[in-house]
Amino acid sequence: METTRAGKVTGVNGNMVAVEFTDKVMQNEVAFVVVGEERLKSEVIRIKGSRADLQVFEDTANIRIGDKVEFTGELLSVELGPGLLGRVFDGLQNPLPELAQAYGFFLKRGAYLKPLDENRLWNFSPAVKVGDHLRSGAKLGSVAEKIFDHWIMVPFQHCGDLEVIEIASSGDYRIGQTIATLKDPQGKEHTVTMKTTWPVKIPIKAYHQKLKPADPLITKIRLIDTLVPVAIGGTFCTPGPFGAGKTVLQHLLSRHAEVDIVVVAACGERAGEVVEILQEFPHLVDPRTNRALIERTVIICNTSSMPVAARESSVYTAVTIAEYYRQMGLHVLLLADSTSRWAQAMREMSGRLEEIPGEEAFPAYLETRIASFYERAGVVQLRNGQTGSVTIGGAVSPAGGNFEEPVTQATLKVVGAFHGLSRGRADARRYPAIDPLESWSKYQSFIEPAKVHKGRAILKKSNSVHQMMKVVGEEGTSLTEFIDYLKGEFFDAVYLQQNAFDKVDESTTADRQKYVVDLIIQIIEQEFQFESKEAARRFFLELRQKFLNWNAARFLSEEFKNVEQEIRERLTQAAATVS
Amino acid sequence: MQKVYNQIIQIAGDVITVEAEGVGYRELAEVRSKQGLSLAQVIRLDGKKVYLQVLTGSRGISTDDRVRFLNHPMLVPFTENLLGRIFTGSGEPRDRGTSLTENLIPIGGPSVNPSERIVPKNMIRTGIPMIDVFNSLVVSQKLPIFSIAGEPYNELLARIALQAEVDLIILGGMGLKYDDYLFFRDTLEKQGALSHSILFIHTASDPTVECLLVPDLSLAVAEQFALQGKKVLVLLTDMTNFSDALKEIAITMEQIPSNRGYPGDLYSQLAARYEKAVDFKGAGSVTILAVTTMPGDDVTHPVPDNTGYITEGQFYLRGGRIEPFGSLSRLKQQVNDKTRSDHRAMMDRMIQLFADYRETLEKRSMGFQMSSWDMKLLKYGERFEKELMDLSVNIPLEQALDRCWKILADIFDPAETGIKEALVREYWPVARTEK
Repeated sequence: METTRAGKVTGVNGNMVAVEFTDKVMQNEVAFVVVGEERLKSEVIRIKGSRADLQVFEDTANIRIGDKVEFTGELLSVELGPGLLGRVFDGLQNPLPELAQAYGFFLKRGAYLKPLDENRLWNFSPAVKVGDHLRSGAKLGSVAEKIFDHWIMVPFQHCGDLEVIEIASSGDYRIGQTIATLKDPQGKEHTVTMKTTWPVKIPIKAYHQKLKPADPLITKIRLIDTLVPVAIGGTFCTPGPFGAGKTVLQHLLSRHAEVDIVVVAACGERAGEVVEILQEFPHLVDPRTNRALIERTVIICNTSSMPVAARESSVYTAVTIAEYYRQMGLHVLLLADSTSRWAQAMREMSGRLEEIPGEEAFPAYLETRIASFYERAGVVQLRNGQTGSVTIGGAVSPAGGNFEEPVTQATLKVVGAFHGLSRGRADARRYPAIDPLESWSKYQSFIEPAKVHKGRAILKKSNSVHQMMKVVGEEGTSLTEFIDYLKGEFFDAVYLQQNAFDKVDESTTADRQKYVVDLIIQIIEQEFQFESKEAARRFFLELRQKFLNWNAARFLSEEFKNVEQEIRERLTQAAATVS
Repeated sequence: MQKVYNQIIQIAGDVITVEAEGVGYRELAEVRSKQGLSLAQVIRLDGKKVYLQVLTGSRGISTDDRVRFLNHPMLVPFTENLLGRIFTGSGEPRDRGTSLTENLIPIGGPSVNPSERIVPKNMIRTGIPMIDVFNSLVVSQKLPIFSIAGEPYNELLARIALQAEVDLIILGGMGLKYDDYLFFRDTLEKQGALSHSILFIHTASDPTVECLLVPDLSLAVAEQFALQGKKVLVLLTDMTNFSDALKEIAITMEQIPSNRGYPGDLYSQLAARYEKAVDFKGAGSVTILAVTTMPGDDVTHPVPDNTGYITEGQFYLRGGRIEPFGSLSRLKQQVNDKTRSDHRAMMDRMIQLFADYRETLEKRSMGFQMSSWDMKLLKYGERFEKELMDLSVNIPLEQALDRCWKILADIFDPAETGIKEALVREYWPVARTEK
């Protein structure tokens, strides 16, 4: 039997345990260190002769030399099946609320629970019949999970055509019950249940082909959608110093982005931030479905004080769950906050393994690990022609807010959009603090490129006038230049900045963005002739005020129309005084 | 079963190595040397070799001294008798009281299940406008004061502690100057707060390893009191000394340093302590206020940098005042919508104007002509600094907000302030609108 393979502890250093084994050991297999009554989950990360090094996913206190270690022969895996949505798991897919029920306030070491409810009945309806030939990932049938049609699929590991020998009829089943029997090309029969397991570090690829991300993902954050858009199936990163609003930005994305499912990986960050999601999402309504936001969300949470090794696995757990739902033709957004903590977890282990360090003591394989994580994003065409996608957005927390550090640089190489947060903007309370000039995106916005170009141009111009004014003073600039400066500031204040705490302003639909951009472009292009810089400043301050009121009014409401009317009148008036 | 060994094979820094069997990771041992009895903690196991960090330092330990393993981890007593007492970093009395041995609990326990936390929603009023108005402090928050040597950070810490409404104050002093220790003790005593305070003090002249234990001792006790329903405020000063102690041990253990000599797990180590701040569902809470001194006033130094990513904001103390820029309370949004309807708008706009003022100052120092707008900003900035930023200002939140309106109304037109009209109508000081 596989499970009888065992070894003995020969060393403990932090969360790394050295083990002497006799039989055989597989790289990355899961093992358990037995400490009295407790069994501590761990993973083999290096093998040298008859010694294996394990990273332990728990606190290692009180492990003794000679303690027994049991090897399982399984890679670190997640359980996939109906019942993942709306749930909160730790980095190893233990359900946290259920752990709390069983063990109270504190996370008990060595306590693991099943991620999926084994007793719940799901109403299964078959989609295939006996004799059908199917490939891995094909839909065998489905159950209703929240608002989604959750496919029960041919397990992803099978190759070639499988013949359906048996398929369950419509009815209620538990996830562990057999719902189909399949015969592989070699004639071997496999039983299929509604749950399946998949190793987290291996991408699920049971689809026809990967496509180029082309369609914009509507985030309802104006700065992103207009200037630095994200594509469905694309990748983006958000590096920024602490206090620049990375997490608020990620929360806004998780709430407003137009996708089917959001997987939030809170990796090595504050517990308090997860709690906010946990407490808010059940009460926030998703405007697209009219159901609670939590119903489309899966939270993987391994906060900063939880064991470090499990932090490393949490991003993989999250991306595997995202890929699973992609196989059902759904669009999934994965938000990882923060990938730097994940990289630091790798660094801690690498240090304990006494590997030769790379830059800032990060391991040499940092770049490949980051690249292969982001490469798991993408739009895919399934074998039935439908498409599904995983979009990955990673927050990066660069040491000292300096983007030259290894994690940011390795990330920038592989993402399609860069949303760099700036300390300066955050200090001036200009939120979202994405620097509109530094940031970039390789994807297309839903706003016409010509308009985006104009907006960007005025920002550049405004910024250069601003820089110049710092040297030559306001009196050293011409009135025209000064007006350009004011236009840029105006564009920033009323459009790029968005009040995350205003019910209306926090999210702007694509239609509204298109509508508002038109008026803003008109203002940017309009020629004003003011008597003095003072008069110009006054005018734009007043205009800004009206625009802010406009932003706070519901789209196309009575108030919205009234304020718009006022703004347009004021603009004609300004044009009239000119002539 | 207690095992005794008397052959120390290596002494390096404060870490000694003995060959022993059946020892558990992080277990405690007693080392008896000419210097007396000291505790030591297992920090690494490698085959038969057991590495121990000696709490009182390795000076004077000889290779044939006796090491006795105690078969349990580091413990701290948890009882009502702790109140009003002062201890060292190894939990021994520093005052003249007796040593406590009842109800011992382990330190550095497991972390709280995130799903058992609640969203903090109660503000801690401090009477300092720069905190109450602009960066409200919230129950269960973890917040450091970033400062440099010479600034009155300990005074600020003591003042917040005394003015905040909490049941219990626990002070963890790390590398404190002896005078600072006396300052805290005397201030607490004078204000009658010592009776509901517990002090764990490691002074600059005490052994390094004891410094490492101070946060764990303080927080273990705090956590237990919180579980009993108490609102606990933990003060930790100075966490940079704690990090330096970590660095010292890591280098002794020949760990590969990551950044400026600090170990790669500095973030996790700090987080494990700060994350003890919690509001328990149906019980009490732990709030942590810490001091992090920034070597060379450099916020990108690994200690303040890692801290900033862990804590829920930070206060910058510079020139004896709390700086409005960079200072941030991440939890303020949880409470400042329940205070007064103008709180948020006022907070944002006052800071934006102050940023403009700073820019104008820069322009002026370069000798540029001042526009009338600049003149207004200058006037505004001066009043802001004098009437709100000065640390001697001690007024409740509502009064502070009124003061903000007064300053704005004295200097600007309503339109210039850029505050929503509805709020202007409600709060703009009357005398001005009748003009």
